[in-house]
Amino acid sequence: MNRTKGDEEEYWNSSKFKAFTFDDEDDELSQLKESKRAVNSLRDFVDDDDDDDDLERVSWSGEPVGSISWSIKETAGNSGSTHEGREQLKSRNSFSSYAQLPKPTSTYSLSSFFRGRTRPGSFQSLSDALSDTPAKSYAPELGRPKGEYRDYSNDWSPSDTVRRLRKGKVCSLERFRSLQDKLQLLEEAVSMHDGNVITAVLIFLKRTLCKEILFRELEVRQVALRHLIHFLKEIGDQKLLLDLFRYLDRTEELALSHYREHLNIQDPEKRKEFLKTCIGLPFSAEDSAHIQDHYTLLERQIIIEGTFSSPINLKKTFKIPDKQYVLTALAARAKLRAWHDVDALFTTKNWLGYTKKRAPIGFHRVVEILHKNSAPVQILQEYVNLVEDVDTKLNLATKFKCHDVVIDTYRDLKDRQQLLAYRSKVDKGSAEEEKIDALLSSPQIRWKN
Amino acid sequence: MRYIANLVNADKLAGRTRKYKVIFSPQKFYACEMVLEEEGIYGDVSCDEWAFSLLPLDVDLLSMELPEFFRDYFLEGDQRWINTVAQALHLLSTLYGPFPNSYGIGRCAKMSYELWRKLEEEEDGETKGRRPEIGHTFLLDRDTDFVTALCSQVVYEGLVDDTFRIKCGSVDFGPEVTSSDKSLKVLLNAEDKVFSEIRNEHFSNVFGFLSQKARNLQAQYDRRRGMDIKQMKNFVSQELKGLKQEHRLLSLHIGACESIMKKKTKQDFQELIKTEHALLEGFSIRESTSYIEEHIDRQVSPIESLRLMCLLSITENGLIPKDYRSLKTQYLQSYGPEHLLTFSNLRRAGLLTEQAPGDTLTAVESKVSKLVTDKAAGKITDAFSSLAKRSNFRAISKKLNLIPRVDGEYDLKVPRDMAYVFSGAYVPLSCRIIEQVLERRSWQGLDEVVRLLNCSEFAFTDMTKEDKASSESLRLILVVFLGGCTFSEISALRFLGREKGYRFIFLTTAVTNSARLMEAMSEVKA
Repeated sequence: MNRTKGDEEEYWNSSKFKAFTFDDEDDELSQLKESKRAVNSLRDFVDDDDDDDDLERVSWSGEPVGSISWSIKETAGNSGSTHEGREQLKSRNSFSSYAQLPKPTSTYSLSSFFRGRTRPGSFQSLSDALSDTPAKSYAPELGRPKGEYRDYSNDWSPSDTVRRLRKGKVCSLERFRSLQDKLQLLEEAVSMHDGNVITAVLIFLKRTLCKEILFRELEVRQVALRHLIHFLKEIGDQKLLLDLFRYLDRTEELALSHYREHLNIQDPEKRKEFLKTCIGLPFSAEDSAHIQDHYTLLERQIIIEGTFSSPINLKKTFKIPDKQYVLTALAARAKLRAWHDVDALFTTKNWLGYTKKRAPIGFHRVVEILHKNSAPVQILQEYVNLVEDVDTKLNLATKFKCHDVVIDTYRDLKDRQQLLAYRSKVDKGSAEEEKIDALLSSPQIRWKN
Repeated sequence: MRYIANLVNADKLAGRTRKYKVIFSPQKFYACEMVLEEEGIYGDVSCDEWAFSLLPLDVDLLSMELPEFFRDYFLEGDQRWINTVAQALHLLSTLYGPFPNSYGIGRCAKMSYELWRKLEEEEDGETKGRRPEIGHTFLLDRDTDFVTALCSQVVYEGLVDDTFRIKCGSVDFGPEVTSSDKSLKVLLNAEDKVFSEIRNEHFSNVFGFLSQKARNLQAQYDRRRGMDIKQMKNFVSQELKGLKQEHRLLSLHIGACESIMKKKTKQDFQELIKTEHALLEGFSIRESTSYIEEHIDRQVSPIESLRLMCLLSITENGLIPKDYRSLKTQYLQSYGPEHLLTFSNLRRAGLLTEQAPGDTLTAVESKVSKLVTDKAAGKITDAFSSLAKRSNFRAISKKLNLIPRVDGEYDLKVPRDMAYVFSGAYVPLSCRIIEQVLERRSWQGLDEVVRLLNCSEFAFTDMTKEDKASSESLRLILVVFLGGCTFSEISALRFLGREKGYRFIFLTTAVTNSARLMEAMSEVKA
């Protein structure tokens, strides 16, 4: 009985994976010493071998005692003091079976060859004192991967994790590795209702699951699915988004999503090309027609801009001099009463970026043409103002009844007589008359006459 | 985030070392962190959060200033702001004590409430034992009542918002209003004495009121003619400043009114209102439809045209397929083919839908479609059905008497019910629901309405807290609008408060109106 207990202790103690203690690791010197001792003891074993030749010990499992395979079996399954209950349960079962093995003193087994000394001062060393075998093993052990020995505690359950996430706390989701764990985490997040948390979990799932599995699982989880779609839209992962729509057989959304991209394309040619690719997409019947129209429209616009019928192009092709061009364009625009275009004809930007009005034909001509095309007084007024020669300006202004221009010009000339004379030409009681009166009675103007 | 990342990476490339700080308001999202990490600048920027969640716009109006809430939740189904709402509610309950009675309608309302309760449980003790100061809380989803949000507003504050856009409680009045060559930014709240008297009034009353006030003001000024020195001194020191202030405000508001009236005449407002009322009441649908068609053809305004189409769709339970196709085509031709995407968004949100065959008004009343639940197994083939709900406006309208029966003229000067905010034609649905639930202190008797609204509702009373509440606090009601609230609704509820002796406090994710709603759904930036 004692031996069994000792065996058990030894069994436990021989595990490489100890529970966390605050002790230091073995120092290397004592390990070296121990190895030396082991080697020496091996010599004994070897020496004794001849005597025991015909006596072969075999364990319950049929392995000859002391053989490699036996040693492996012995050490297998006792490493990895994991926190998962089921693992321990499994190990515990195996312990009980192993406890029944007639264990020789370890000096005669191969596994003992690899055993080192336990750490001083630990629980194990106490039992070590009871048993006469040093317990630590350096054998290549079959067990859980080293990486799984966790030396920090990160044990939050899915609901705790989700709660932490909601508060914005740092939370590594790495430990949710099994699909089941991942899905449980997602479920908790969804029941918490916080979209930020749901998205955080989805970011993790996107990184750690292949897309087929991800899509398959989200297909039946509408809330999470919506969050993923929005997330992909926001970060611009167009490829995955389209894959997702394809998987879900949401053909119309697929088409629309693809179409939406055209808004990002500035260059008309490229945009046209892109639209072409949209035409064959699975829109609804009417929408397909609309896309086709859009494409056609853009096509036409580009054509009009770039080719023969565009005025700019005509000008270039036939080297029409500015003057002729401006005259023709002016008449055309004026006929159409497109005053903005008229304005644009004469507006240029100088190198400082300021706009300035210029005309290759003299603004007096411009005014005449505009008048001929029945431009309204306000428009005429604007261009009369641009005439440089004062006399011409006055003439035109008077002729075309651009009262404000006349008044302003006489004011600038400080010519009171003329202004007074003009007063009789304007309508009685009109705003212009008031303006003249105001100017005439203004003490700030030093009249010439 | 990408913009920030580009800036930082450009600096890195140019060899500039700088410190960067990013301040997130109201909170940082995990997706943002992910992008920072992805772009390789996570270690270069330090992040702060400024948890600014409630902006008091007025004595009874709190805004969370989250206009994006509407699109994020009602179009994309993203629940990211629910936590923010829950936090805001939690903040209020720590300030004003626990809320004994809570009611709500709508999926978002339910989720916000549940999350808020979780928060309260976690941080228990903060509100324990405190006396409740707010007796009732009502949470409402915007999509419970789209109709009200889409109508043209005719109370003064609503009109100012529709015309000039009120932002964060202030408005920019341009030169045509200020009668000078400068623009003026004006704060609009209860502090503005003139404004507070006219804000909830129907527009027809406002001009008359302002003229009267102007006359009074003139009379006050004129008093100084008959004063002696002592009285004059008194007048100047005590009253003049106030009068001057009032004068300034008056002229601003008169200017605003003039500007509004000019715009409305240009827009042919009368005809527009007539059409809206017809849609609300359910008459002359064909005329209304052709009015909308003409509106589109004349290219009056893309937002307005869209708004009218949505109003038609919701009141009529969707457009008939022929109309839907025809109006959509004309819209795309008038305003641009890219709006194809806008139409798709509107359909997803349930604002502009097509009637399915056999979907006449009578048929729909008997089959009520349920929202798709989370645990639904199998593929969801109709991609658009998950968020949108079918509207049953006419049935609800009848059940709740939203269209008042008027014998004779409806007196707008002395309104007798909440319909005055829409010239007597329509009682806002959201306000009516709140009124009914508060009266009954529960949803009893409103099952049919709830069924027609296609929503989940809840009511929760915590008796322990109710006992502690004073009668005063039981008359104070916090109304929470999730997705935005209009000034018309605020005016209507203020009226209700005066009638029934309640006091309403409004908490909204943002102040909204029909234009903002349409812009949120538009895929094409104007």
